[in-house]
Amino acid sequence: MTVPINRVAILGAGRVGTSIARTLVDAGYEVTLAGSGRPANVEMIAAFTAPGASARWAHEATADADLVILALPLHRLSSVNPVVLAGKLVIDAMNYWPPVDGTIAAFEDAPAGSSVVVRELLGISHLVKTFNHTGYHDLEPDRRPAGHPERLGMAVAGDVAQDVALVAELINRIGYEPVALDRLEHGQQLQPGTPLFGARPTADDIRRSVTSSVVHSA
Amino acid sequence: MELGIGAFGDASRDPRTGTRISEAQAVRNVVESIVVAEQAGLDWFGLGEHHVPDFPVSAAAPVLAAAAQVTNRIKLSSAVTVLSTDDPVRIYEQYSTVDAISNGRVEMIPGRGSSIESYPLFGYDLQDYDRLFADKLDLLLEVNRSAHVTWEGTTRPTLTGQYVPPRAEHGQIPIWLGVGGNPNSVIRAASLGLPMATGVLGGSATRSSTNAQLYRHAAQQFGNTPEQTLIMLGSPGFLMQDGRQAREAWWPHWRQFMKTVGEQRGFLPPDRASYERDTAAGGGLLIGSPEEIAERILLMHEHWGHVRQYIHIDMGAVPQKDLLHAIELFGTEVRPLVQRELGNTSVDQLIGRASMPAVSVSGAAS
Repeated sequence: MTVPINRVAILGAGRVGTSIARTLVDAGYEVTLAGSGRPANVEMIAAFTAPGASARWAHEATADADLVILALPLHRLSSVNPVVLAGKLVIDAMNYWPPVDGTIAAFEDAPAGSSVVVRELLGISHLVKTFNHTGYHDLEPDRRPAGHPERLGMAVAGDVAQDVALVAELINRIGYEPVALDRLEHGQQLQPGTPLFGARPTADDIRRSVTSSVVHSA
Repeated sequence: MELGIGAFGDASRDPRTGTRISEAQAVRNVVESIVVAEQAGLDWFGLGEHHVPDFPVSAAAPVLAAAAQVTNRIKLSSAVTVLSTDDPVRIYEQYSTVDAISNGRVEMIPGRGSSIESYPLFGYDLQDYDRLFADKLDLLLEVNRSAHVTWEGTTRPTLTGQYVPPRAEHGQIPIWLGVGGNPNSVIRAASLGLPMATGVLGGSATRSSTNAQLYRHAAQQFGNTPEQTLIMLGSPGFLMQDGRQAREAWWPHWRQFMKTVGEQRGFLPPDRASYERDTAAGGGLLIGSPEEIAERILLMHEHWGHVRQYIHIDMGAVPQKDLLHAIELFGTEVRPLVQRELGNTSVDQLIGRASMPAVSVSGAAS
């Protein structure tokens, strides 16, 4: 998996999926959206809320994607066919958020964080957690180019260094300073209820906040 | 363009005094606010549904009924009815009853709502949300359409022509679909041929207006008429004659409200910088002087093309007298400024609904 990312499939055409899609289209990526409905509906959604992204069924969108982003409500995860993710680099942009979405048994006891559960449920190996600690409404206005004094940070957590590096480069390109965390389970420190969640942190804020972790700027 | 007020009924702790009003007083405050809104010339009042101590209005319909009895002109609506955990037949009966009391001034906004406490309270599973909402919306629309209801779904036994009284006197009760901003919900509103009620709850006043374009395009695809293709917007709002004073006065209450929500949901309260950004020109919080807010609504109208704008006023224990003053300013100063630019066509005119004559309880026109 050393090919740089070009084609990105986003599963989930809601508020999160479409705002991520807009930032990726702006950064020059080839973006395909897949939603729960017919591609015709997702096509309308894409045309107006993420112009430049195309719409396809999930299995088509993922087939030739270099990267798949999970941006659907966590309780819909069971609608994702793990087969289409086999061998793929995957971003988990989701959150387990009981006060908003209710409880889900599989995530109630997750000592290593929700992303580790997602990885187990899907039976995949290349999972990276990012995007989740930023509000979908902040994602676009908060983008800043590298070197900008007000540039904010985005944590990127994963077990495979190569995966983290590829995703960190994507985060850099859309307009955030990536802060690489070398274990997927460190994603716990990005979840709802943590000081970083929804906090619009700088890269230094993230480095200060994230404990017991080998943090290195990518 | 119509202007209105949205409320929850607020019994939260006043951040400055540490005190709370009683839940009962919060209910009575809403009735008073509706009366003042009508006196100020406003067109619509929407009341939310919650089941928590801070927002104790759990049953909007009787509160609207009380207000119906002491008003003549203002539209009375839910904002929103948490449809997934309620019985659509009973909802119709309650709102058609208020419609009778008010001489045809009732509307409804069924939606998901932003809180989830009603699910365990009424014995529903939140993970079943999608099926519950789709099924119950379908039934509510059918009960609104047909006096004798024949209907089949998956969340309750079949209805075989049962009668649901009292029938609304002036045809169907206007139902707007409450949409939180998810584009799939926008398409749902269009696919059902329903007008859309959505919100700008901070951030930019205009960025999410792509949903308005999506809604109109989808409505066209589904063959909807212009009468079916209407948007109303709600935003947090507060006014004082002096805009800076309004932003100062509202800040501790807004922070308190967001802090409480944040503690429940695991995010930090907004900082003053984001508050300044969101209340400045172009921001999604309508806090300021009448002129500033009128200007914001005109800007939003350029992007959204909406036909009704309401401000949601009662969060974080803003004192009732300040709320009433804000309502007055919104009606007597903002409304004329906005209507001078956009005209005063009513939503009833737009949906082809005969304007209701204001009839008093004894039947005499007032």
